[in-house]
Amino acid sequence: MEFLFHFGEVFTLTSMLLLIGGTIGGLILGATPGLSPTMAVALLIPFTFQLEAVHGLILLGAAYTSTVAGGAVSAILLKIPGAPANIATTLDGHTMAKKGQGARALQLSFIASLFGGLFGVFLLIFLTPVLAQWALAFSYSHTFWLAIIGVAVIGSLESSSVVKGLLSGCIGMWLATIGFDDIQGAKRFVFHPALSGGINIIPALIGLFAIPQVISMFAKGRFDTSVEQITVEKHPIGEAFREVFRRFRALGVGTVVGSIIGLIPGVGGQIAGLVAYDQSKKFSPEKAKFGTGHSEGVIAAESANNAMVGPSLVPLLTLSIPGSPTAAVLLGGLIIHGIFPGPKLFDTYPEVIWPFINSMLLGQILMCVFGIYIASFAARVAQVPQSVMAAIVLGLAVYGSFAVQQSMNDVYVMAALGAMMFFLERFGFSAAPLVLGLILGPIAESNFVTGNQISLAQDGPAVYFLTGTLNLTLIAIAVVSIGYSLWSEISARRAAS
Amino acid sequence: MNMQQHRISSGVITLLAIWVCYLSFTERPAEAYLFPRIIAVFFLAFAIWTFGKALLGRSNTGVGLSYDMAVKMAPGLLVSVIYIFWAAKAFGFYTASTLTFFILVSIYDPAPHGKIGSWVKRAVITVGFIAVIYALFAVVLKVYTPRGMFL
Repeated sequence: MEFLFHFGEVFTLTSMLLLIGGTIGGLILGATPGLSPTMAVALLIPFTFQLEAVHGLILLGAAYTSTVAGGAVSAILLKIPGAPANIATTLDGHTMAKKGQGARALQLSFIASLFGGLFGVFLLIFLTPVLAQWALAFSYSHTFWLAIIGVAVIGSLESSSVVKGLLSGCIGMWLATIGFDDIQGAKRFVFHPALSGGINIIPALIGLFAIPQVISMFAKGRFDTSVEQITVEKHPIGEAFREVFRRFRALGVGTVVGSIIGLIPGVGGQIAGLVAYDQSKKFSPEKAKFGTGHSEGVIAAESANNAMVGPSLVPLLTLSIPGSPTAAVLLGGLIIHGIFPGPKLFDTYPEVIWPFINSMLLGQILMCVFGIYIASFAARVAQVPQSVMAAIVLGLAVYGSFAVQQSMNDVYVMAALGAMMFFLERFGFSAAPLVLGLILGPIAESNFVTGNQISLAQDGPAVYFLTGTLNLTLIAIAVVSIGYSLWSEISARRAAS
Repeated sequence: MNMQQHRISSGVITLLAIWVCYLSFTERPAEAYLFPRIIAVFFLAFAIWTFGKALLGRSNTGVGLSYDMAVKMAPGLLVSVIYIFWAAKAFGFYTASTLTFFILVSIYDPAPHGKIGSWVKRAVITVGFIAVIYALFAVVLKVYTPRGMFL
């Protein structure tokens, strides 16, 4: 119950202003098609430099929570999911809106997000210290394997093909080795002066997530952006609450499915909504109504999306393995504030981590309240022409990258990585494993090098890294994860042919 | 079309992997390249696998890049490259950003180019955005951006 002792730190003026600002900003960004939660959090990181670590994390946490929920606004009112996580919400949400029930669909979506999100954050509060206690037994070899698992799992799940995902992870880990080696002080792979300081995580994150979106917007040309927006009629909020409770089956299925998916490293929120929608349909006595504007569809999908947020941080905070691409970006945010996730995190930084988690609890409530009241406004913002959006994102990406170290080199690296990622994405590669390789690469390397030095005084590297129950368990997890993904890919291809 | 592009892209990645592998095993001091060597071996193995599948035509190609897309994105890319790699330093960050923002919005805005009202709207949006950026970065975050001929 330690988290209760740190609630006071969330109710300071600065924390509350950041929480409210992050929530409202996140809802608007989330509602804007093309601005994914991952990209929104990446673009916000440079703004946290001037803040204390706890305040920076509160801002990022609020943005993460509300961008996921905000995506439902454009999914329901415009039939354009704000993020891939909201695809399932369009199925029934937009149909409800077309029937004149837009306000009802939005209210159900935010209330379901509130309950799912609260459950997810409570899981984060109670599971994280337990897992952290267990992770205290980890040595250098175990931490090395954990970093490899992080890259392998996201790599095998996030790309169009398992091998391409793993290849992206390798590219990320290689990029992380550019610059001066920590131990020998040797220059590695520095083929341009801009790279002599290595690749800074923040410009890389901004480039890899924001620039491909900007180029994609360019690639659409001067198209007409007029989207049919549905008028939102008033609907009593009390009735929406009663309906969510009446549909407790959909709420329960969505919340449980979202939480489980969030806990699995790498799976992320993109599939939580779709899996919960599918499972809710299977368990519902009104299966035929799904897809025709049925409230259970919206409740299941949105409760799952937000239930995923808290649990996706459990493996991140305890084992440095992010549960979703956005959690991977949050890992970058933690590291730039000098906070390295791991089993000792709650002992070393309780004054930062507990207020951050508590703010997410409060953030769920704020997200619901503001979400319901600014949904119509957010939907209007979502109609901003893509030309303006592309120019805004490019501007923020350039200024955000420059602000990190006040260096043009970071801007060049950001632009080069972003352009490279755009072309890689066109050929089935994904940014998430590359980013994770870039973030976890230094952790893997430092633990590998230290472990290797220890092993030379013992029985050698092979024994140190490849024997022992925990080492073998971690290796097995990586192999099974990759094997399962390969099997799924082959099965899907056979089914398609 | 996509498969041909995919062969080229996976071929480029394989060449990069060979180069990384070569450097990892030849550069000195060897101790500094211990970890990169392990990464390079897997990098090369996955790259060859992907390239091999692309050559055999059995690869998942992705959506690829059409001629139409390339034509549409070319002006935006060109303006962005000039902005980032030259204009930001030559003109000053804020001047270059203002010009770039206005040019990009003008190129891609679906509103008609013949109406004065559209141009006024674009100019107002540009000034508004730059004002917000200036307030955030110069005033709040105290970021000192390069000054060229102008601010």
